[in-house]
Amino acid sequence: MAALRLLRRVAGAVRGRAAPGGRGAASGGRPPAVPQRIEEKRRAALLGGGMGRIEAQHKRGKLTARERILLLLDPDSFDEYDMFVEHRCSDFGMDSSKNKDFTVFGGSLSGAHAQKICKVMDQAALVGAPVIGLNDSGGARIQEGVESLAGYADIFLRNVLCSGVVPQISLIMGPCAGGAVYSPALTDFTFMVKDTSYLFITGPDVVKSVTNEDVTQEQLGGAKTHTAVSGVAHRAFENDIDALLNLREFFNYLPLSNRDPAPVCECHDPSDRLVPELDTIVPTESTKAYDMLDIIHSIVDEREFFEIMPSYARNIVVGFARMNGRTVGIVGNQPKVASGCLDINSSVKGARFVRFCDAFNIPLITFVDVPGFLPGTAQEYGGIIRHGAKLLFAFAEATVPKITVITRKAYGGAYDVMSSKHLRGDANYAWPTAEVAVMGAKGAVQIIFRGKETDAEAEYVEKFANPFPAAMRGFVDDIIQPSTTRTRICRDLDVLASKTQSSPWKKHANIPL
Amino acid sequence: MSVYELFLSFWHTVAGEEMFNSLSLLQCETLCSRWYLKTSHRLYSATYDPNEKTFEKLLIANRGEIACRVIKTCKKMGIKTVAIHSDVDANAVHVKMADEAVCVGPAPTSKSYLNMDAIMEVIKKTRAQAVHPGYGFLSENKEFARRLAAEGVTFIGPDTHAIQAMGDKIESKLLAKNAKVNTIPGFDGVVKDADEAVRIAREIGYPVMIKASAGGGGKGMRIAWDDEETREGFRFSSQEAASSFGDDRLLIEKFIDNPRHIEIQVLADKHGNALWLNERECSIQRRNQKVVEEAPSTFLDPETRRAMGEQAVALAKAVKYSSAGTVEFLVDSSKNFYFLEMNTRLQVEHPVTECITGLDLVQEMIRVAKGYPLRHKQADIPINGWAVECRVYAEDPYKSFGLPSIGKLSQYQEPLHVPSVRVDSGIQQGSDISIYYDPMISKLITYGSNRAEALKRMEEALDNYVIRGVTHNISLLREVIIHPRFVRGDISTKFLPEVYPDGFKGHKLTDLERRELLATAASLYVAEQLRSQRFLGTQRIPIAKSKRSSWELSVHLGDGIYPVEVSKDGSSFSVEVDGMKLNVTSDWNLASPLLSVTIDGTQRTIQRLSRNASGNTSIQFLGTVYKLQILTKVAAELSKYMPEKAAEDTSSILRSPMPGAVVAVSVKPGDMVSEGQEICVIEAMKMQNSMIAAKTGKVKAVHCKAGDTVGEGDLLVELE
Repeated sequence: MAALRLLRRVAGAVRGRAAPGGRGAASGGRPPAVPQRIEEKRRAALLGGGMGRIEAQHKRGKLTARERILLLLDPDSFDEYDMFVEHRCSDFGMDSSKNKDFTVFGGSLSGAHAQKICKVMDQAALVGAPVIGLNDSGGARIQEGVESLAGYADIFLRNVLCSGVVPQISLIMGPCAGGAVYSPALTDFTFMVKDTSYLFITGPDVVKSVTNEDVTQEQLGGAKTHTAVSGVAHRAFENDIDALLNLREFFNYLPLSNRDPAPVCECHDPSDRLVPELDTIVPTESTKAYDMLDIIHSIVDEREFFEIMPSYARNIVVGFARMNGRTVGIVGNQPKVASGCLDINSSVKGARFVRFCDAFNIPLITFVDVPGFLPGTAQEYGGIIRHGAKLLFAFAEATVPKITVITRKAYGGAYDVMSSKHLRGDANYAWPTAEVAVMGAKGAVQIIFRGKETDAEAEYVEKFANPFPAAMRGFVDDIIQPSTTRTRICRDLDVLASKTQSSPWKKHANIPL
Repeated sequence: MSVYELFLSFWHTVAGEEMFNSLSLLQCETLCSRWYLKTSHRLYSATYDPNEKTFEKLLIANRGEIACRVIKTCKKMGIKTVAIHSDVDANAVHVKMADEAVCVGPAPTSKSYLNMDAIMEVIKKTRAQAVHPGYGFLSENKEFARRLAAEGVTFIGPDTHAIQAMGDKIESKLLAKNAKVNTIPGFDGVVKDADEAVRIAREIGYPVMIKASAGGGGKGMRIAWDDEETREGFRFSSQEAASSFGDDRLLIEKFIDNPRHIEIQVLADKHGNALWLNERECSIQRRNQKVVEEAPSTFLDPETRRAMGEQAVALAKAVKYSSAGTVEFLVDSSKNFYFLEMNTRLQVEHPVTECITGLDLVQEMIRVAKGYPLRHKQADIPINGWAVECRVYAEDPYKSFGLPSIGKLSQYQEPLHVPSVRVDSGIQQGSDISIYYDPMISKLITYGSNRAEALKRMEEALDNYVIRGVTHNISLLREVIIHPRFVRGDISTKFLPEVYPDGFKGHKLTDLERRELLATAASLYVAEQLRSQRFLGTQRIPIAKSKRSSWELSVHLGDGIYPVEVSKDGSSFSVEVDGMKLNVTSDWNLASPLLSVTIDGTQRTIQRLSRNASGNTSIQFLGTVYKLQILTKVAAELSKYMPEKAAEDTSSILRSPMPGAVVAVSVKPGDMVSEGQEICVIEAMKMQNSMIAAKTGKVKAVHCKAGDTVGEGDLLVELE
């Protein structure tokens, strides 16, 4: 792809840094000519905080902003803006010519800095180009006071205005604390670098003084915490290089803006490839688990699946793949984890992903094997009703092509939620192993024949634990041979490429947040 | 028989039904005419006479490839088939191939494939008239044969007394002696305890071999060089014997150093006729299990062959043997041969014999069981060409030449497009290799008019075999068949430990091969990069300033980092490695599991097993999987700043080297263990593996208990 165009935040040592060398040269005798000054300023800007700072950054196992850009972008595709902008604050020893040690700025955000970011974001929104932020910042520049806070707010506003217009991706490559965290939180995807990046509202010291909890940076806001526990980050990578290369790969799945179609790559994997192993992948006993990722890998192009949030709410699998070269969003219940049930976390994870795909014209393919919503006080008290409703809302409101394959269970309300025909599904298929019913046979019989001895379970299985009731009513369009699933989906996607669907006019919908 | 029919029968044998069905008649005819002259002499000379009544319905009391193998012949003979299976095998290939299939129990073999009551029930229910036991399981179980006889069901194999006589190692040797068959010197009786084992061993003189009386093959076989090893061997062997065979009798005999394992296939009927169908060379073994087999042997001269064949037939006649059987011999360097044992069943490696003799052994077994006399005379048995068989296993050859691996075959493609290849398998894409059964994936057999041709085809077949999702031993097989010693025929049962004294480590690249691999990997990387920049139907104008035509890369392979420069030159790449320019061409189909690449005129079939965005890729090249990391020069230079991730201290933790079941745990938290002390025992595929402490220390935590099922890499025990 033609490269990332716009870079939101220049991180680390190079950020908004005035050039001390320039001043030094200027102090002796006659001011140099303008072309010479331009040259000097450029050279100084490229050096950022100076060799010492660069070395320190490297010692921490991190790259400088410019090195990161070099790895992230196609060669010769980065045109830097605002190299000459200087920060405006000179309080508290901030004047760079006086005290070098204090002038690292730790990538902290100044007014000038924010101004650069906003400029580039405005441009991105204007032409429809994705925004990528490489965050490595100490937070607000305390010395600048409210100007720095205003800078944050300016960025937040642009994050919000760009939301749904251009894809926004944040890659956290160092500390990101306090107000700074809300910008990544507002973007579509947040990725982190393991061991060298942290995200938290307040650091361990403040936590200790307020709640008396002893916690390390890593425990509080490291990559592991945010990808597995809090769900704040979507993926974590080993180091700066690994993260940037993965970001390149990820970027290729995305359209440039909401006005562009989902990208279509050259594809070598035949769209009519049969997948024979799918005919036997669902175990004969309906209580036995299997790995939904096996199904996804075998159906998508070249087994390439970029999973989003792989360690969080693992009972639902979401991520990007390609079908016959075209980017698709995949949502699947994961029978291997908690039987693939829907709970609070998985509903929220799924809903956000579905909404992203819908906003950016990425077709949705949903694999259903869901025994229902997770019961229990923890879930009810936690508000499973309103959180579950998010996923329902997201699928219902989505107007991109929606293809659904029921591989096994589609029970109860969860059946409705999982991109059912009733929620404007375009192509809804059932495998022969599908069971579309209000609940499993055992529970159903217990309720229908309360307390009475009966052999109705077998009858229930016969009547409902199969795809026929749904197929008879047209709630699934066809019962398909699993091995043909890839072929069917590819063909449907071609037909649905021209799909247009609209919802009634509204200012915006009111998704149950 | 027309040429076409001949071709049909040949093709069925070689390629299996599926392949055949997909060929059009025209293709068949083309192939047929091409094949006829070259290969007609090795077609099954057996015709499948529909008028020769055998059985209407036959049950196969087995699973996997051998069940499929038997079903194929039954189909040709017009016999209906019944498959049995365990619950986890419900979707197995043999189940699909059979006309009927019945579940006989849960996954553990003792509850399913060894469950005689359930199997007898199925036989009654399905009215099967005969049972083919395959190999393993109940194939040499006299009790099973007796129960079948009681029900009037034909057992496709020898009579009960022959199974009994040959199944007992001691009795079989007495019988062999009486039949004037050469036997191993100094072998002696049944062992009661460790002390007796030591006494016997001393009498025979070290080294001695200890194994279970009831066990076949190499399972449970241990070699002892002194008293202590004898005691240890006794303990392990008797445990294994008890768990695998329910019979803890043991056998101790003189161990012949540096022997070859050569066996004679015999075929006898119920009318006193017996034939020897030449030998199979099975010396390439690991832990006494065969890995590569061939027929004929490079070692035997016609006289030795005849002498061995005649002794084998004499033994068969002495026990009134009927059906197919195998007489195993150890052959020393002076071509002295000693009777080892007789296997009263179809052997795993029977296809190589079929290839060179043209017989269908399963058909002959069925005919003989029905009471028909043999149709061949000894003079009719040819040695046509050369056949080699490789046992393709789901195991990691880097660990003791093969520790079992399990998993789902995410991709699987047999190399049937390579000429003269036969693959006997019972699995397909999507099949699970589980801990419950033998981890064999298939038997890969190639045939040629001479040994060199057969081996060349084997090389090609191994390169073209796609097996993904489980670790497999293709690398080891390929190294064996191209090793100069093997090519010369200079082999013994010690081949592997002698050639790889420090364990097998994969193919060792020559400088030229390394350059080829680097050039191929770099070209693949660039092809992928170029493709990822091509979008269809986009309206936007790319911002990248110029179309790139050259790439400076840095490739990490093994311990080395190599600068590689790639420039695009039309459809091919010109790659500079180590100051040398290589030209790499291919169709660069990045979705195809097999990639044919031509590097400076040399054609190689490679497989790219994986790649990721971080530049890591694994490529199967010359059979061995190489891990490479390909980065741009810039990224490679910057990667020196990346922090080293702390590696796990492996000396203080014990992880399971393979999936299996924990048999015993001999430590508890707080215990002191010394280096080398046994911590626990893991059993996988009927093999017990003793896990030892890597250092002296205190046990911190134990994460498993006897009876647990563990996966590869699972944490078992932590030391402080």
